Amino acid sequence: MTHELTSRKLLTVVCEASLERAIVADLARLGARGCTITDARGHGAHGERDGLWPPSANIRIEILCDLAVAEAIALNLKSRYYAQYSMVIFIADVQVLRPDKF
Amino acid sequence: MPFEPVILFFLLGLMAGVIRSDLKIPGVLYESLSIFLLLAIGLKGGIELAKYPLASLAGPAVVVLLAAMLIPLTAFAILYRLGRMSRADAASIAAHYGSVSVVTFAVAASYLTRLDETFEGYMVVFLVLLEFPALVLGVILARRGGDESRLGPMLHEVLSGKSIVLLVGGLLIGWIAGADGIKPLDRLFLDLFKGVLAFFLLEMGLVVASRLGDLRKAGGFLLIFAIAMPLAAAGLGLLTAHLIDLSIGGAVLLATLFASASYIAAPAAMRIAIPEANPALSIGAALGITFPFNLLVGIPLYHSMATRLIGDL
Repeated sequence: MTHELTSRKLLTVVCEASLERAIVADLARLGARGCTITDARGHGAHGERDGLWPPSANIRIEILCDLAVAEAIALNLKSRYYAQYSMVIFIADVQVLRPDKF
Repeated sequence: MPFEPVILFFLLGLMAGVIRSDLKIPGVLYESLSIFLLLAIGLKGGIELAKYPLASLAGPAVVVLLAAMLIPLTAFAILYRLGRMSRADAASIAAHYGSVSVVTFAVAASYLTRLDETFEGYMVVFLVLLEFPALVLGVILARRGGDESRLGPMLHEVLSGKSIVLLVGGLLIGWIAGADGIKPLDRLFLDLFKGVLAFFLLEMGLVVASRLGDLRKAGGFLLIFAIAMPLAAAGLGLLTAHLIDLSIGGAVLLATLFASASYIAAPAAMRIAIPEANPALSIGAALGITFPFNLLVGIPLYHSMATRLIGDL
């Protein structure tokens, strides 16, 4: 089975739910071919993000892509949103079965 | 009871939040309840609107809009000049106070109905009209002489946002279908309205409790502003109501609209349009102080002021 797997990057963005529309537009522009968005809760530097109502709601956006696209997205989102919004971005190595999709 | 009993649900939520109860209303229920309330308020307004010739509303609507714009302008001047807040924070808070709170309006309407005080059914039209112009003004004030590129996305966010879509949509459906057409839906939208409002207020109590920490960041000036501003705005609302010949009930609703601060449409719009503004300040003031103040003290006070002003003239 191992020979069927190909390395890709999993880029994860956890941020304020209000950014969803803007980020989805950014992703398409920066070469992402798809993404998965889920509601998220938690706490960190911006205090409790409990999702009780829209201003305190977070989302988690996951994108499977190659290294170049992952870097482009991460750097772009960092420059656009880090200063004024709560946002965390991290990139992990993953294995996928259909590399042509990502 | 001096205030609307449905507010007791708000106090229950507030208390549950303060004592750190495990009571939690899921975000999806908040969304569902707000969709119901917005649609039901729109529908009720639409049914009433069908009873009035539309052209007769144009004049009063212009007067109300112009008067209401004084609120964000005054609020901005006070916060920026007197309060020495940053331009972004002053503009964002001014936009919150210039826009309106649908739930405060709904509680005021329930309060009047309980007292058998009638009001003009078309007040919902003013609610819709007052929702977004202040938000646009807020963005312009924040960016004066600077970049206004975020105005477009913000306008789209507000005009396509659920508040406007459901209020205007409900208004149109009610207006087209009329009271008879909506009758089969009465049990859902009219009979259940107060129960849903109670649920929503319980949720808002919990939310307010979770934002109490923000009030510490707000500082004394903003705390005083969050009570003085609605009082002054309510006075302006009563004078405007008198100018356009509203009944006592209508004047109370207009005063409540002027006094209320948005916490559904405005926070979302300001986060997109003025990201450098600190949402803890605007939401802390609008939701943490002005909202409960209007529910507990404001509405009965505006009623007694309206009775004196309009009743005596």
